[in-house]
Amino acid sequence: MHIVNHRKFYYCLSAILIVLSLAAISFWGLNLGMDFKGGSLLEIQYNSARPEVAGIEASLKPLALGDVSIRTAGDNGLILRFRSVTDAEHQSISKVLGADGISVVETRFSSIGSVLGAEAGRKSILAIGLVIIAIVLFITFAFRKVSEPVSSWKYGLIAILALAHDVIIPTGAFAILGHFAGYEVDVLFVTAILVVLGFSIHDTIVVFDRVRENLKVAKSLNRRVGFSTLVGESISQTFVRSINTSLTTIIALTVLYILGGEVTRHFALTLIIGITAGTYSSIFLASPLLVTIERWQQRNRK
Amino acid sequence: MWKRRMFAILLMLVAVAVGFFVYSTETAISPYAFKLGLDLKGGTHLLYEADTSSVATGDVAASMNALRDVIERRINIFGVSEPVVQVSSGSVFGANTPRLIVELPGVTDISKAVDAIGKTPLLDFRLVAPGITDEKDITGKKFDETFIATGLTGQYLERARLEFDQNSGAAEVSLSFNKDGSDLFEKITKNNVGRILAIFLDGDIKSMPVIREAITGGKAIISGGFVGQEGRVEARQLVQNLNLGALPLPIKLISTESIGATLGEQAVSSGIRAGLWSFAIIALFLILWYRLPGLVASLSLLVYVALNLAIFKLIPVTLTAAGIAAFILSIGMAVDANILIFERLREELARGRSLNDAITEGFARAWLSIRDSNLSSIITAVILYSLASTSLVKGFALVFAVGVLVSMFTAITVSRNLLRAVEFETVGRASKFFFGSGFK
Repeated sequence: MHIVNHRKFYYCLSAILIVLSLAAISFWGLNLGMDFKGGSLLEIQYNSARPEVAGIEASLKPLALGDVSIRTAGDNGLILRFRSVTDAEHQSISKVLGADGISVVETRFSSIGSVLGAEAGRKSILAIGLVIIAIVLFITFAFRKVSEPVSSWKYGLIAILALAHDVIIPTGAFAILGHFAGYEVDVLFVTAILVVLGFSIHDTIVVFDRVRENLKVAKSLNRRVGFSTLVGESISQTFVRSINTSLTTIIALTVLYILGGEVTRHFALTLIIGITAGTYSSIFLASPLLVTIERWQQRNRK
Repeated sequence: MWKRRMFAILLMLVAVAVGFFVYSTETAISPYAFKLGLDLKGGTHLLYEADTSSVATGDVAASMNALRDVIERRINIFGVSEPVVQVSSGSVFGANTPRLIVELPGVTDISKAVDAIGKTPLLDFRLVAPGITDEKDITGKKFDETFIATGLTGQYLERARLEFDQNSGAAEVSLSFNKDGSDLFEKITKNNVGRILAIFLDGDIKSMPVIREAITGGKAIISGGFVGQEGRVEARQLVQNLNLGALPLPIKLISTESIGATLGEQAVSSGIRAGLWSFAIIALFLILWYRLPGLVASLSLLVYVALNLAIFKLIPVTLTAAGIAAFILSIGMAVDANILIFERLREELARGRSLNDAITEGFARAWLSIRDSNLSSIITAVILYSLASTSLVKGFALVFAVGVLVSMFTAITVSRNLLRAVEFETVGRASKFFFGSGFK
């Protein structure tokens, strides 16, 4: 089987991507959104021509809003970002923006306190941790009857490695996108990562399940076959299915990315990157790693 | 064979009925119309944190409920349709300070809403510590030492009335307490004759009457603070606000979210468009690749969509932008069970089994994979739902979980029965083509 035989090449490819991602994360860091940092977002729509951004910046200066970022949106719209504000401060901002009788409509306003942001951050990390633990326990349980030649907890261990791979790559991608394009990491990003975890394990389980079944069949037929051949067969039997499933999911997500609303655009992108990484890790990483582990065990036995 | 076909036709009829239910209930008056979240229909979401430091731990839940009732009353006066006022139960991992969620559909003027909720007067009766006669005695002492809480607050107020002093004509506010409040008031006044009972409004002293005797009947009067015409207006407003309900606990606004209806409408229409297109492209792919089973899978996917939408209406699930995304994602993932089955089917056919056996075998073998792999998605959804920090994420998790469960159901019922209904008796060239796969 091609994938099993050339597994080192695929390991290298993953390793390079992981190193690049980790470098991007540690070098540039993640561009945390207001969900985690706290802050405000105000989207406004002018009924007439929009005034100059510089002028608005100057008129907001006396309100001491900290770093104010102003981005144009649509023909006559603006999106303003600043620190989290009280309702009184919000009212004075509205007054400044609507000064001189300019007709302006606030289409969206949200303000999140920093305490709440920190809490969302803690919850997100907790959720990721819990999902990983639950999944590993689940795999260990589902594969508890498989012990030869690789014991069931090692299936769980490999699953963790694959999951780490699937989390690190989209996170790295967002570190890069955050640095160059200002993409932010928000609660939807974390949600997407969790979905990727579920999806990727879904894929990994299908291949492992095949290995489990083929081991059983080989045993009952008394067929003597090398473990690497067996894993290779299992991969090729599930290959089309894995690719097709991911393909239909990615079709749905791409359509969502192109046609869907603004709110879920980055969310769809995170999922597209994550699911691609997840499918790759299930086929090219997780299953060949079973063979690698089996080889190590044999070498140690000798 | 005909029995199977009849059954499949019956199944499709049921599906059509479900689809008709989904379609026909999309009217403004139907109780089964889709429930849209605030981010889709426009409105304001406010999150308050309540300061419960003055309440005994055991009474927190009760005073939070009292707080909710009061705010609900205020909002009802404000005239919002279908408002939501909810005490956030605070999950195990969440903050320990209780929170109150207020959702106001259709309201985008936040300031007005915040005013209506937050400007409710906080009424508090406190005994002045003995030995304090004028302001000089207060300096250097802590607030709680000077003014001792009695536990009598606006929570016990039944109603307030505007009255006028018979002699001076000055405005006064008379307060009547409810049963519990009257008892408490009587006890306080009985035990503290000769002391001063200060009446605080929003943290400011409004009146400092001396207790002359035990007061039964639960009536108190705030007087002296309302001078002249301005005082009258102030007193009238106070009475109005007090009658709407004084807040039993101080609250602080910690998060605001408000979305205009137009942005929401755009999100809905782009969501629907994305859903339709992804369904069409996926169905096309399935039919091209898996041919006849692909067509069956597409039909089954259609049933899946109808069933899901019907469940959203029946539970009902509040749809958010993230929920729509979850639904579109689940359309992509729902195909998986079918693909697993078809790949198995193809293998069994390649082994030389008859079509009938192959279908049975294919389903049986694929089931374990389907069950195990979907369980992991359900685990994810449950954790996401219980730890969600925003309603956006909660909406996502719920739709995702429903989607996964329904997809398992449609794969093993609809796909199986439809496939059995279209199977061919003979293994001929035609069936080989229709049950083959790939673009060959």
